[in-house]
Amino acid sequence: MIWDWDWTLEILPDLLTQGLLVTVQATLGGAVLAFVLGLFLALLRRSRRAYISRPVGAVTEFIRSTPLLVQLFVVYYVLPDFGVSMTALTTGIIGLGVHYACYTAEVYRAGIDGVPKGQWEAAVALNLPRHWTWLSVVLPQAVRRSLPALGNYLVAIFKESPQLSVITVVDVMGLARELGSERFRYLEPVTIAGLFFLLIAIPASILIRRMERRLDH
Amino acid sequence: MTTINPCGAELPGTLGEAMPFLCRGAVVTLQSTLGGSVIAIAIALVVGLMATSRLRSVRGVARAYMEFFRGTSVLVQLFWLFYAMPILTGYQLDKVGAGILALGLNLGAYGSEVVRGAVQAVPPGQREAAVALNFTPYQRMRYVILPQAFVAMVPPMNNLLIELLKTTSLLSVITVTDLAYQGRLLVNSGSDQLVVFALMLVIYFLFSYLITLLMRYVEGRAARVVGRERPRRRRSAPAVEGAR
Amino acid sequence: MTTETQPGHDSRAESERQWMIRFDKVVKRFGDVTVLRELDFHVKPGERVTLIGPSGSGKTTILRLLMTLERVTSGTIEVDGRYLSHTRRGDRLVPADEKHLRQVRKKVGMVFQQFNLFPNMNVLRNITEAPVRALGVPRDQAEAKARELLELVELADKADKHPSRLSGGQQQRVAIARALAMEPEVLLLDEVTSALDPELVSGVQNLLRDIAQQGNLTLLCVTHEMRFARDISDRVLMFDQGQIVEEGDPEQIFTEPEHQRTREFLQAVLDA
Ligand SMILES: Nc1ncnc2c1ncn2[C@@H]1O[C@H](COP(=O)(O)OP(=O)(O)OP(=O)(O)O)[C@@H](O)[C@H]1O
Ligand SMILES: [Mg+2]
Repeated sequence: MIWDWDWTLEILPDLLTQGLLVTVQATLGGAVLAFVLGLFLALLRRSRRAYISRPVGAVTEFIRSTPLLVQLFVVYYVLPDFGVSMTALTTGIIGLGVHYACYTAEVYRAGIDGVPKGQWEAAVALNLPRHWTWLSVVLPQAVRRSLPALGNYLVAIFKESPQLSVITVVDVMGLARELGSERFRYLEPVTIAGLFFLLIAIPASILIRRMERRLDH
Repeated sequence: MTTINPCGAELPGTLGEAMPFLCRGAVVTLQSTLGGSVIAIAIALVVGLMATSRLRSVRGVARAYMEFFRGTSVLVQLFWLFYAMPILTGYQLDKVGAGILALGLNLGAYGSEVVRGAVQAVPPGQREAAVALNFTPYQRMRYVILPQAFVAMVPPMNNLLIELLKTTSLLSVITVTDLAYQGRLLVNSGSDQLVVFALMLVIYFLFSYLITLLMRYVEGRAARVVGRERPRRRRSAPAVEGAR
Repeated sequence: MTTETQPGHDSRAESERQWMIRFDKVVKRFGDVTVLRELDFHVKPGERVTLIGPSGSGKTTILRLLMTLERVTSGTIEVDGRYLSHTRRGDRLVPADEKHLRQVRKKVGMVFQQFNLFPNMNVLRNITEAPVRALGVPRDQAEAKARELLELVELADKADKHPSRLSGGQQQRVAIARALAMEPEVLLLDEVTSALDPELVSGVQNLLRDIAQQGNLTLLCVTHEMRFARDISDRVLMFDQGQIVEEGDPEQIFTEPEHQRTREFLQAVLDA
């Protein structure tokens, strides 16, 4: 038998408790950061002051055009030089969050642009203050429109989180790599990790597609 | 006036120290991007067209492929291809080969969705006119549907190719000596981190920009074929579902 | 099919040539909507028939069935003595394969309401592409023919233009030339002027009138323009709810319709 069942059963519990916990933390942490920071970036990007909107646009474009892995290196190696010391997991969450904030910013932007002009005009007609127009009229609609795309990015963050293993985070993939390197045999741990991602990501994307259809109506 | 070789060791300071290595890495990155793109585009065309088939079984195979490769991380797929598959099959790919294959398989799955969407977005009247003119199914696809679908494929493909370029950095994890690998090596051997990382990011950015320029050109050509004056300007953020 | 004549059989008798199009108990359903109910009708070679009837009565569906864009739910259609979407295997009729469909499609051409010109080809290529690809006509020959047809539709100077540069009326004339280039025996016209601006309608109608009078094409035409219908057709079929309510020559149908339903319909069209 090529597949080592004994070993599989031995490592499975660790992967599914210890590893899973870290993967979930990384995903949720990264997603929360991406969703919140992304909204701010979207608003800055829409600023009428060019000296704000231009640089923000350029930086988000730059971050989207360069690899997450290298950005993780930057946070991991460079920040400590400036006296900021964090755990590898926190570093990873920041890297993931900032990277994907540059994507969600575009999602929010499209959502904001998608709010019909009539809504703005109605708010003016009601003499609503500008910040209140944003808070009570525009953003709720924009965020609602953005939900399916944000859901997709949540899954994307989940699927990209294994990259944190490169900066020594011991998530499912990190643990699988560790276990694999002990025996120099990766078949079982990496296959388990792969199946684990499949089993979560596929139902999640199906769920999001449902949600998308529901919101369309 | 002498021309300056951007990859030369005679550049001042950290530049001279780092650029020769980074350039060598950049070449590997470009090669991997190219190789991965070729495989990804080939897969996208085949699987994407299969996904528009009238036959349930053919569609099912395409769907399964797409869900499978979009459902797991590239990093896991890469590890699996390079470290796990040999144990199972006894066949060992070299690291660049495994890397390019993983890139192609993964991005090909996303590309399939692009191709499927673009083909299905061609108005049904076009297919019907082609039926009325007695084209064979192959001719309908080749001369009527695909040329029109192609225009719609280019912008999302641009995003995917940039994703692919970025993903090549993961090849460094299985010790392919690409840009990310060389940069990290430099940092580990004591070069100025800030400079090295900045250089790496700039090189990646330039490559992304190069891809965008190339695809804009392709898009312009394609748009002229279907008689649009000039391509509509669009945002570069991926519109593809779950753009990784 | 138990009648003594066996349309669709290979050795068909001359008498069977009397029908160019023959619908036999044709039923067409979309889901649980029945669009055609056991429809029977025949069209002679060279005959020019107009289909009229209220929206949703199934006129387009009939043309789409003839163009093999839809398949019958039950019943059979024959074109020039051959089954359209069935082939005979032993005693049974089985759905035809693509090869058979391509054979029968040779006889039928169609002009669409929305023109459906190919945007990835210029005007000339739109006309030559099908003869070259589907019939294997040499390209120079196809081009010579296409230029003749462009002459006919009075667009000779537009050969190298892109379809989007033409007006709707011009596009529709190209679409007519494109259909004629395949030398069909049956030409299907589905509301070919209803997507056009009013001032462009007469140009296309005049062209079709000429084509109808010159050739020995069998025409099947759906239109809401009663004057046009009167000019080009030998016979008018009035449809309602997937069945023929009345038929007759245009004079009779338009001036003294027998059925209440027809009268109502004509009144409604005139009011519009
Ligand atoms: N692909 C389809 N799926 C479901 N229903 C359809 C489809 N095509 C046509 N129908 C239905 O079949 C009926 C007949 O449609 P058809 O287009 O043949 O009518 P028509 O006589 O051409 O009407 P109009 O004058 O509006 O063009 C309609 O009720 C239509 O809704
Ligand atoms: Mg109709």
